[in-house]
Amino acid sequence: MINAWAVALVVIKELYRRKDFYVLFILTALITLMLGALNFFNDRQIARYLKEICLLLIWLSALAIAVVTSARQIPAERENRTIFPLLAKPITRAQVVAGKFLGCWLACGLVLAVFYLFFVVISGSREHLWPLANYFQAIWLHWWMLAVVIAMTLLGSVVFSAPSANVTISMLVVIGILLLGRHLHQVALRLTEPGQTILSVLYFALPHLEFFDVRDLIIHDWGLIPWSILGLATLYAAGYTALFLTAAWLVFRRQNLN
Amino acid sequence: MPSPYLTLAFLAVFCFSLATRMQVWFLNWSGNRLQSASILKVLLGDSRRLFANQSFVEADVYFHGGYYPSLFDRPPGHVPAVSTAEIHGGRSPHNDLPNFLIPSDDWIARFGRHFVPSEHIHLDKPSQVGEILPWLWLSAELDPNRVQTYTVASFWLRRMGKVNEAEQFLRQGWRANPDSYAILFELGSLYDENRHDPIRARNLWELALRKWQAQETVKPKPDNFAYEQITAHLARLEEREGNRNLALHYLDLLKKVSPDPAAIQHQINRLQRPK
Repeated sequence: MINAWAVALVVIKELYRRKDFYVLFILTALITLMLGALNFFNDRQIARYLKEICLLLIWLSALAIAVVTSARQIPAERENRTIFPLLAKPITRAQVVAGKFLGCWLACGLVLAVFYLFFVVISGSREHLWPLANYFQAIWLHWWMLAVVIAMTLLGSVVFSAPSANVTISMLVVIGILLLGRHLHQVALRLTEPGQTILSVLYFALPHLEFFDVRDLIIHDWGLIPWSILGLATLYAAGYTALFLTAAWLVFRRQNLN
Repeated sequence: MPSPYLTLAFLAVFCFSLATRMQVWFLNWSGNRLQSASILKVLLGDSRRLFANQSFVEADVYFHGGYYPSLFDRPPGHVPAVSTAEIHGGRSPHNDLPNFLIPSDDWIARFGRHFVPSEHIHLDKPSQVGEILPWLWLSAELDPNRVQTYTVASFWLRRMGKVNEAEQFLRQGWRANPDSYAILFELGSLYDENRHDPIRARNLWELALRKWQAQETVKPKPDNFAYEQITAHLARLEEREGNRNLALHYLDLLKKVSPDPAAIQHQINRLQRPK
């Protein structure tokens, strides 16, 4: 665990040295503030459109940071040949995978904390409402969704030959699940065999990342999600994260690093 | 080989001369998007109209507090409730959406419902309904010829007590759609109900009626609902102002298209009775 933690700390340091986060945060803040300055029929109480746009930008930025950061971890170590001195230390390949995941996940947690702090301030200053428990649920679910995405991308980074291919495929898969995941079964039922079975299997097998997207509840001021449901969603995400990390380790442990 | 500085100077003079020629042509070119004050028009051109309906539907999503069927659940020809609410006096019926959250055997679908709005609500209180306005504004920016956007926005703005804003928006719509009887009718309603100015209301409704007659009578399926509204409002106004003959004239017109001509005849009889 200490070894994995050491690897994770390096990943976190790498993130705050890179410019990705700063650029995306400034862009998000600028766009939100510019749109917040718009005047719609002299009504200063209107807030939901601003919350929607701000949350959309946060989701896109967090997704970009999570996928790009995790996709380049192992390939960069191999390309720079730093993987050899790293593995020469008393550290197993499983610990490398776990450390890389932990680093990316914690770094994304920090990124989310900054983004959501900005969102809470903007939303609160407009609506004069502070539903902090709802915001906690949103950020918690978002963070766990990113855990699945990071683990999936790490698996991609040991399967695909180039990080660019991994980033593209991971992004397409994640966005595809977020947009269509909920409706796959409905679409499957309208198909003929064997399409129906294939799509149904896919529906039940893939991680339903859309569970973790509670933006509509936040934008439209709905109540809290039951805490037991939140716990189940966390277990669901943890299960898929463990599955992808195990698969990544299984591929990586026998991989020729030269 | 000429001097590189000479070549550079020649190219600079050539570019400058060409620019002076091109600038005049560009400013007079009908396809010059920079003539528009709207940033959306500059960025998207006429393709922006494709997104106008999406923006209008988004207003309806907000009207339902996010409880809304997806593209997969929406029946063909689904009409946004935010536009029909005005027919029901601001109260939208609760059957305005298909029942898309039906009980399911699928545990993923059942579990997923905890993370999305799952209760049918309407933001029809004046303090809440303002949330739909940015999307209606955007819809008008994207497609200035979408008449319904102006009339629906005006309806809700008037309910919120924002009469000046409603009038301004309607006039913006009128400038973009000078032949729209629907905008003229809504503007007349604003003058009648909010400004209590029957003279302007009458002028606007009479103009709306002429526009309707010019456009709709030649169509195989004319917009009779709009005709009913215009004639009924004119009849009511003339009756209120003591112009009995004019009121009877409009009631006669209304009777021809009304789904309940007996009720209109009853009104005619009541007006014809000596006081």
